[in-house]
Amino acid sequence: MKYSYYPGCTLKNKAKDLDAYARRSAEALGFELEEIENWQCCGGVYPQGQDEIATKLSSVRALNDAKEKEQDLVTVCSACHHVLKRVNDDMQQGGDICTRANNYLKLEEAYTGETKVLHFLEVLRDRVGFDEIRKQVKKPLTGKKIAAYYGCLLLRPGKVMQFDDPENPRIMEDLIRALGAEPVIYPYRNECCGGYISLKEKEMAAGMCENIAGSAAGFGADLMITACPLCMYNLKKNGKQDLPVVYFTEILAEALGVKEEGAEE
Amino acid sequence: MTNSRRQAEKIREISGTNPLKCMKCGKCSAVCPAFDEMDIKPHQFVSYVQREEIEALAESKSLWKCLSCFACVERCPRDVKPGVIIDAARQLVIRQRGAAYLKADEVPELLDEETPQQLLVSAFRRYRR
Repeated sequence: MKYSYYPGCTLKNKAKDLDAYARRSAEALGFELEEIENWQCCGGVYPQGQDEIATKLSSVRALNDAKEKEQDLVTVCSACHHVLKRVNDDMQQGGDICTRANNYLKLEEAYTGETKVLHFLEVLRDRVGFDEIRKQVKKPLTGKKIAAYYGCLLLRPGKVMQFDDPENPRIMEDLIRALGAEPVIYPYRNECCGGYISLKEKEMAAGMCENIAGSAAGFGADLMITACPLCMYNLKKNGKQDLPVVYFTEILAEALGVKEEGAEE
Repeated sequence: MTNSRRQAEKIREISGTNPLKCMKCGKCSAVCPAFDEMDIKPHQFVSYVQREEIEALAESKSLWKCLSCFACVERCPRDVKPGVIIDAARQLVIRQRGAAYLKADEVPELLDEETPQQLLVSAFRRYRR
């Protein structure tokens, strides 16, 4: 199975691990990520204003590219996934944004949200299946207590994201189980880490990260996983220093036995 | 139409939500992770727009403290989406008054070795024109 792949700016730079482990894991699980040519940055934040058009065009271009190839569009970064899925929803709803974006882009055929946007985790759950992943595990992570951190962007708003139950998600816990480890359920797993203010208001961000990491540690976690480069940065900088945080693709690659293979760069 | 009325109208237009649907249950403020930092709390913010008192909102700290985490948007039982209204008010002051919470000149000293690109593109999209 071949998917269009939208890596996003951070996966080409500070979050190379997130990308490299995703690609290696995909190969091990037998699906292909074909990077979209000349993709443009999604902007990191979904522009919520009804009158925002230009800021959504880079997403529409990527979505249309996947449509032309008749592929689903896969992202790994929480933020890119959030932006692409919501812009796609705008295009499906058809209002002003859809008309104006199409008028501007002058595509051969109008784009009206035909592409299916999938997060890498959704591919694992809905296309590969956790039972299949369990069979493919070469080095089970037995004995590890892993806390999944969802944050905001994967889950909310639930009506548009359609990713998992926004109040009581389980997709990452199911992955952790499939890899042979024990998931740690803690109350702060879908609370905001304050990523956006980690640039200017470090004290506020630190308070929020301490709540999250402290809660995970309190429930017995010895490792946290995330899908978001910004959460990762914030939790590492401002969280609990003795609780390591890694990308979910890293533990996946580790369990599949492809973590070291052809190390990056 | 007074200026204040026009501005309130603009916030309704940008946000696409109807603040009059609010039934003042306070759930938005109860779940807001930035509640302590806000001078005008999310449920109050909606009331200000209802009363068309926009000047106070334009000068509030809350504009810049909202984290766009969608906790209030997800849980609002009336689909008023307070976070989207706060975002619209922020857009209004950025677009009309050139307000910038983050200036390009101050970015270099805020960076460290690990700062992800995502943080910078997000900050520029959120806090500037």
